[in-house]
Amino acid sequence: MVDSITLGESLRRQGVSRRGFMKFCAATASMMALPPSMVPAIAASLEKARRPSVIWLSFQECTGCTESLTRSHAPTVEGLIFDFISLDYHHTLQVAAGDQAEAAREAAMHENAGKYIVVVDGSIPGPGSNPGYSTIAGISNYDMLMETVKGAAAVVAVGTCAAYGGLPKADPNPTGAVAIQSVVRDKPVVNVPGCPPIPTVITGVLAHFLTFGKLPELDALGRPMAFYGQSIHDRCYRRPFYDKGLFAGTFDDEGARKGWCLYRLGCKGPMTYNACATAKWNLGTSWPVESGHGCLGCSEPNFWDAGGFYQALSIPTSNVTRTATAAVAAGAAIGIAAGLANRAKKASAAKQHKTVTVDQLGEG
Amino acid sequence: MSALDQIAVRVETADRFAHNALPVLHEVRHALRRLVEAGESTVIDLHSMPFGPGDEEDLLAALGTGEVAAQLQALGESRVTETIYPGVWIVDHYNTHGQRIAFQIEVTPVPSVLVAHADDMADGLQRLEAALADPAEPECRPASNELRSQHG
Amino acid sequence: MDFLLWVRGPAFNIAVAIFVIGVLARLFEILVLGRKSLYSEPKGAQMGPGVAEIFKRSVPLPDIVKRGAVTLVGGYIFHIGLFITIFLFVPHIEFIHSVFGVRWPGLPNPVVDAVTVITMVALIVLLVHRIRQPVKRMLSTSEDYLTWLVTFLPILTGWLAYHRIVNPYPLVLGLHILSVEVLMVVLPFTKLMHTFTVFISRWYNGAIYGRRGVQS
Repeated sequence: MVDSITLGESLRRQGVSRRGFMKFCAATASMMALPPSMVPAIAASLEKARRPSVIWLSFQECTGCTESLTRSHAPTVEGLIFDFISLDYHHTLQVAAGDQAEAAREAAMHENAGKYIVVVDGSIPGPGSNPGYSTIAGISNYDMLMETVKGAAAVVAVGTCAAYGGLPKADPNPTGAVAIQSVVRDKPVVNVPGCPPIPTVITGVLAHFLTFGKLPELDALGRPMAFYGQSIHDRCYRRPFYDKGLFAGTFDDEGARKGWCLYRLGCKGPMTYNACATAKWNLGTSWPVESGHGCLGCSEPNFWDAGGFYQALSIPTSNVTRTATAAVAAGAAIGIAAGLANRAKKASAAKQHKTVTVDQLGEG
Repeated sequence: MSALDQIAVRVETADRFAHNALPVLHEVRHALRRLVEAGESTVIDLHSMPFGPGDEEDLLAALGTGEVAAQLQALGESRVTETIYPGVWIVDHYNTHGQRIAFQIEVTPVPSVLVAHADDMADGLQRLEAALADPAEPECRPASNELRSQHG
Repeated sequence: MDFLLWVRGPAFNIAVAIFVIGVLARLFEILVLGRKSLYSEPKGAQMGPGVAEIFKRSVPLPDIVKRGAVTLVGGYIFHIGLFITIFLFVPHIEFIHSVFGVRWPGLPNPVVDAVTVITMVALIVLLVHRIRQPVKRMLSTSEDYLTWLVTFLPILTGWLAYHRIVNPYPLVLGLHILSVEVLMVVLPFTKLMHTFTVFISRWYNGAIYGRRGVQS
């Protein structure tokens, strides 16, 4: 399944000059969000890189992540990466192959034991849930995942569903969906969240593994720092409007037309870490805030339950009015009761008050 | 590219340099100063710049086009243009489908992608020697007819 | 992230419940207890002087200006700063709008930022003064220090969150909201209740002097 030639050799055989190879490395560096000064190191690594085997598992997902990646206009760099990666199994793309696809997966795992990458999209019903909620070829998601990752070099959880549970895990989570990293404990797991993730981010992570043979530096939530190290808020071009206190109040008012900050319209940019503000979508065409819609926070855990998409971040998610109304009634009742009890105590004290005459005082 | 270009985007802020084009121009200024004073080259990757609508156009309009425009064909087209500020180059890489894969400002005497590499030159020497060794052999003639007509 | 969702959801519910129950219980208790029966002839009105007193007491007596300048100035800077920080900062206004349905324009963020710093400095000055001034130190109890802390922490954490000094942002924002919830839970059962009772006590003093026909 995996060729023994290196990427450098592969490109030369395709007639790519050294100049073309350096252009490829510059584009790869840009795609991985690495500084241009790293191009020589990338060139040296790619020269020696060998084609890894990739197994793609799709579980409880909407296929948006696969669409985002494969349906993207796939610039040559990504195309080359994918030509170079041996995509040995992809459930959705190979759907017509049936059992033969499963056989191919098992063969790939066996031949490349310890070296293949497992890419997962979609969440899985947890070990404590009914496995029947999601199966492939009669095998439960959990079983297929645990069996496939046994010989893997690394696991890439693509999309918020795989990384943190995503939509299936949203309240009330009927299938008992869990994130991949909660069940895979003994292999390096990289989370590439987003609903879907930006395509260049997915391939950037794979390119990093391909180039350097290891996973990129990760943050506390397991996301590559190169793409998820900065919040949307800190990179948003509308930030000066936030700082000046110029906000859009509705989607068609003067502020919205002038491109002011969307905080009041529910933008979750301050709490969201992703590359949308810089890398943008559709090859740099635009991104939600630039199109006038607040960030949903789609690369964060539990973003579906984080309060309404059109409610500002400072607004609580609980039903305050109901609680407050009940509390008003309760507080008033307690206060009145306490007040009445105090008055009763005062009245009884007054009643028990014994009058004293001057003569009684003299008795001592 | 696609019909996305035909969707009219009206940016209401009429000020030039409304968002992030101006800071990038200053970064170019600092880089050019380093080049002039210390001979140090810089590459500014525009892929990760948080550009707002109209920023890229403003930036390119400010930099303009100077004396040199080069076109490369290597894994797709690349355009290297010197701006009106000598030493400041716009390097724009495209793939074979015509989509941009890298977009950089290089502040350097000559962008590295224009310089011929030792490996390619050695390879070219071998091919030239082979072509001259046996000019009668049909497969040793230059492959491109354009090249032939240029050289008579 | 789960922490942030918890403080914005269930924790806020609990804090609101305790806050509202506590404040209302104490207010009603005071009001239901009522006043002593007044048998003398009233020499003036009660309501007018009562309401006027609420505003008049904001102007300090000359003696206080001389003897308690630090407390007076520090206290005013703190209270005014707190008002601006809470009620004229747009994310807070959004929050108030979501609960009460009213909204007003806010100040630019850098202005609120500067005011917040001044407010924190005033609080620190007041604390140091409380510790160093012998009379205040002698009068201070643990409740005084506790209320200082639960008042200071929301301002500090809010400022840290705004400047994104602590990473990740959901953590520091969650801490800010949690510190406000702690303040809400503590307020009704400490001297911070003056937030509401100040109006009752000022009114009462004005009313009772007004009834007696004397200057308050």
